[in-house]
Amino acid sequence: MDIVVCIKQVPDPEHFSKIVLDAKTKLVRREGIPVVVNQVDKHALEAALQIREKFSGRVTVISMGPPQAREAIEEAFAMGADGGVLLSDRAFAGADSLTTAYTLAQAIKKFSPFDLILLGNETADSGTRQVAPQLAEFLDVPHVTNVRTIGFNSGDTLIVERSMENGHMKIEVRLPAVLAVNRTINEPRIPSVIDIMQVATKEIKVCGLADLGLSSEDVGLVGSPTQMANLFESRRERRREILDGAAVTAARQAVERLRELNAL
Amino acid sequence: MTGKNETWVYAEQKAGHASKATLQLLGKAVELGKETGSPTVCVLVGSGAQGVPRELAAYGASKVYVVDDPRLELYQSEAYASVVAGLVKEHCPEIFLFAATDVGEDLAPRVAAKVGTGLTAHCIDLRIEKRDGVPLLHQTVPAWGGGMRIDIVCPKHRPQMATVKPGVFDLPVPKSDSNAEVVDVPAQLNEKHFRARTIEVKEEAQRETPLTEADAVVAVGWGAYSLGGIQCPQELAEAVCGTLAGTRPMVDSGWIPPDRMVGQSGKVVSSRLFISLGASGAMHFTSGFERAKFVVAVDQNPKAPIFQVADIGIVGDLREVLPCLTEEIKKQKSSKG
Ligand SMILES: Cc1cc2nc3c(=O)[nH]c(=O)nc-3n(C[C@H](O)[C@H](O)[C@H](O)COP(=O)(O)OP(=O)(O)OC[C@H]3O[C@@H](n4cnc5c(N)ncnc54)[C@H](O)[C@@H]3O)c2cc1C
Ligand SMILES: Nc1ncnc2c1ncn2[C@@H]1O[C@H](COP(=O)(O)O)[C@@H](O)[C@H]1O
Repeated sequence: MDIVVCIKQVPDPEHFSKIVLDAKTKLVRREGIPVVVNQVDKHALEAALQIREKFSGRVTVISMGPPQAREAIEEAFAMGADGGVLLSDRAFAGADSLTTAYTLAQAIKKFSPFDLILLGNETADSGTRQVAPQLAEFLDVPHVTNVRTIGFNSGDTLIVERSMENGHMKIEVRLPAVLAVNRTINEPRIPSVIDIMQVATKEIKVCGLADLGLSSEDVGLVGSPTQMANLFESRRERRREILDGAAVTAARQAVERLRELNAL
Repeated sequence: MTGKNETWVYAEQKAGHASKATLQLLGKAVELGKETGSPTVCVLVGSGAQGVPRELAAYGASKVYVVDDPRLELYQSEAYASVVAGLVKEHCPEIFLFAATDVGEDLAPRVAAKVGTGLTAHCIDLRIEKRDGVPLLHQTVPAWGGGMRIDIVCPKHRPQMATVKPGVFDLPVPKSDSNAEVVDVPAQLNEKHFRARTIEVKEEAQRETPLTEADAVVAVGWGAYSLGGIQCPQELAEAVCGTLAGTRPMVDSGWIPPDRMVGQSGKVVSSRLFISLGASGAMHFTSGFERAKFVVAVDQNPKAPIFQVADIGIVGDLREVLPCLTEEIKKQKSSKG
């Protein structure tokens, strides 16, 4: 079983409140914000490793991002991934979901034969939940999003459960296929010191635009149909009345104000 | 690609009725259409939903493409995407809106990829602005956990596609005398469209009012853990005739069911009253109740960011404040009669 897992390096969500808008340049300032592997992508990798342990095979992680994203692949190596591909080129920067999916698809076609491709259901930074269905379309395979369990049927079909708002769906999927998993599927393993020491023995294949044989017109910001028109800070104005007296008094004052404001 | 000057809405239906989220989108589509001079058209896929087009007409649809086929009774990702993309390629509307639901979120991206156009996820506002004389759909999304907004445009590709969470737009007032042209479209499908086949859909009955429709919401944060259970918050929720909800940690720990999470990865609430109990005020969370009319927050940390987005903030320990608050509200309500 050849499994590909798509992982993305993202700014640590715990630090999002420190990301500010530079009033002059109108650009987001995120210096000093640490980066991490998108959390749910680790669940996707864990699912892949568990399948490999059961049926044998190979797990390859692939990530598109700046050179620094090699750290994400190294973390995946520590967890147990066999191979890693980093798609890194200035031309790839600024890709929207369609173009991200397109670039990942081209790389997978070129380098990674697959039976199964696993993704996280959403990224912490852009969080569109769109890459998985779009990747599947570019590879002409079926997809299922929001997957909470993966079961193996006979031969080349899976039975997966997809979480829904108010229940779930059961779906029979023929391989090869793309699945996007959610965080309820498993608990990602924590690499041991020995695992971490093995990272150095594995090699990351780094590819740019030329290696994929793509045109700069089709990737990154230039190749993306959607564009950013404005970026602005926004907060709805609230009254911000603070009551900090004794509990009984504060509660009474709060309810009094709510009554005055006709909010009850 | 130039196409028809039409605004499309993907219509979801359940048990023979259009979903609320669809009708909210229709209201917005009609508004947008007034600015661009475009009619509103719906696409309805499924099996046996005869009454739905009339409903869609009452909310502003002037035409409904109906793809009715027994094989499409349950949502089938590839088959649905294929028939919807087929219609888009044939008519190429200017704008195509989907609700960001279990189905919409899964379907819209695959349709966009088939058509080769842009798609903006989880918009919180849509409006038309002219650029070089050409009307463009400005699609506002929250960014970086919710503290910022980005307007996204899709200048060169059509349709301009977006998904919108339920509850972001208000339900319009229906007009009972409206009619829509109904166009039946046959589904051209083969085995290949069912490589992923939905074989079963299990839905639990809704226990209470869905969060997106609640008139009052009481949301518990991690600080409510100190209460040892949800009984007290539940009592407050009942006192304000509201629905109990929570932050992600409370959902992760199993105190609050997943469909009751407020925020970026959860629900957008537009209730009249929103009470936050022991939530620090992460933007991921606060972006979920921006549309609420009045916000009350209780937290023991006077510096908690939640107080920046509250109309009334009570600084104190929930174990002391909550019983008093519930008591006072009950008194107030009973004195009102
Ligand atoms: C991609 C992504 C998406 C996310 N989406 C969401 C989302 O949709 N919704 C969501 O909620 N979160 C979401 N989160 C998580 C979010 O970032 C925060 O971690 C979360 O909202 C914090 O929850 P909290 O306020 O309950 O907990 P905490 O931040 O731990 O706050 C607990 C608060 O309780 C107070 N407190 C403690 N004890 C008491 C007491 N006895 N009395 C009074 N106050 C007390 C503390 O002062 C503190 O302010 C998301 C995170 C990521 C990365
Ligand atoms: N740049 C990227 N490189 C590799 N995988 C990605 C990238 N962007 C998104 N993904 C994958 O797509 C999933 C969904 O992302 P999104 O559609 O952005 O919410 C993520 O959880 C990743 O598994």
